Amino acid sequence: MADIGEPKVRGPEKPLKKGEVALIKTLIKHPMESGLRKDKASGETIPAHYIESVVAEYGGVAVVKATWTGAVSKNPFFSFYVKADKSGPVNVTWKDNKGQEWKEKAEIKVE
Amino acid sequence: MGMNSESTLTRRNFLGAVGATGAVCVAAGLVGMPSLAQAEDAPAVNIDELVAKDLGPGKVAMEKVKIDTPAKAENGALVRMPISVDHPMEKDNYIKSLAVYVDDNPKPLVGRFDFTPESGKAEVEMRIKMAKASQVRAVAVSNKGALYGAYLKIEVAEGGCAG
Repeated sequence: MADIGEPKVRGPEKPLKKGEVALIKTLIKHPMESGLRKDKASGETIPAHYIESVVAEYGGVAVVKATWTGAVSKNPFFSFYVKADKSGPVNVTWKDNKGQEWKEKAEIKVE
Repeated sequence: MGMNSESTLTRRNFLGAVGATGAVCVAAGLVGMPSLAQAEDAPAVNIDELVAKDLGPGKVAMEKVKIDTPAKAENGALVRMPISVDHPMEKDNYIKSLAVYVDDNPKPLVGRFDFTPESGKAEVEMRIKMAKASQVRAVAVSNKGALYGAYLKIEVAEGGCAG
């Protein structure tokens, strides 16, 4: 499976004021197979293979945690917010139902 | 099952292109999933019960939550789903979780999002799959257990591969 991984995380480019909220955008390549589809040629069910959790850590806190099913679209885009308290990374971890894991981060700058 | 399975398959062959993996979508109760057969007419699962299980018991107040999506989606494999909750995110008064359901998907729960006061804002955006037109529900729960929700019926021009 070549089309998997390459996680991306993007935060605001400009420095923020303390207490401002920062939009964090994330993207990863993943088939997000629900386990409910059949292969056209073989007629066999395609096994479930989807990201089941996305966790964003900032300042030592798991700020946002997403728990997904196979109903999230393939190559999932996901955005959320964090409250900018001090400069530092927002670390994002994706895990799929086969135990594979990806990490990527974005730096938040606070003036 | 049986009689209409074949025509259903034919009708659904084009969906392989949507999935772009050469696979055919199998929607609820159509092929190979007899246990879900009745889901075509009546939802096999009660979403209110799912909400109670996932977020806690109580009446859902139809306020504060917004699903910012057009009522018609062109592609059921990629339905843009921005959801926001207009609620403070303070230490003792914040939105703890948000769950998203598509009533008519084989598995209605799309995802659940857990927040902290440090989130600053209970707002997320994602893309979801919808097999066909359905009601979408976004239900949020505060740290005090208050439930808020928004329900939106979304038409789907081309069905995606459901959950």
